[in-house]
Amino acid sequence: MSYQERRAIVSFISTILISAIYSAYMVQRYPAGNPYSADIFRFWGSFFLILIPVSIVARIVIHILFNIITSVATKEKEPSITDERDRLIGLKATRNTLYVFTFGFLLAMGALIMDMPPTAMFIILFCSKIVSEIVGDISQLYFYRRGV
Amino acid sequence: MGKLPIRNNIRKLRFHHDEMTQQQLADKVGVTRQTIIAIEQGKYFPSLELAFRIALVFNVPLEEVFFVEKESS
Repeated sequence: MSYQERRAIVSFISTILISAIYSAYMVQRYPAGNPYSADIFRFWGSFFLILIPVSIVARIVIHILFNIITSVATKEKEPSITDERDRLIGLKATRNTLYVFTFGFLLAMGALIMDMPPTAMFIILFCSKIVSEIVGDISQLYFYRRGV
Repeated sequence: MGKLPIRNNIRKLRFHHDEMTQQQLADKVGVTRQTIIAIEQGKYFPSLELAFRIALVFNVPLEEVFFVEKESS
């Protein structure tokens, strides 16, 4: 298995781990009461705003750990160049990520039209973020393994 | 329109050039070894620029590196 394939798998696992741990932590802070109150919107605003730096820091830490473990276990270093195939695979994976997220976004807007509470819309948005990232990672793994 | 059955002679050309390794070829054309492996296995078709770079390394015309396999009918 190549470095790029291992990196895609690690990214896939870290997406699931970060999302699961973060949502398990934040669900305890969910405000009780009226589902249309301002507190709900404040909660979801902070949920997404805090998620961004937490996700970035966690990914950097996981990436560093992955590089250390990979270099110790396989004596293989991170490729110093990103060539045309890597860029093409990255672009195709990003395209798939955006397709899924766009679908999730439309679904979230549909939830508002169908008079569902704002929390449902935010949950759909969060889930589509996770699923789109997973689809991106799986796409990368697929293109590296099966060709592009 | 179906896909053209494009094949390549890179493995053979490497062998005839002092058994050049995939890593050596990758370094000469500026890609990773994984990309050379993918090209050899027909899992990736390189850009025109990279195809010419590979041909230049072996000092042969492009059609000696990449060719369309004739379908046996």
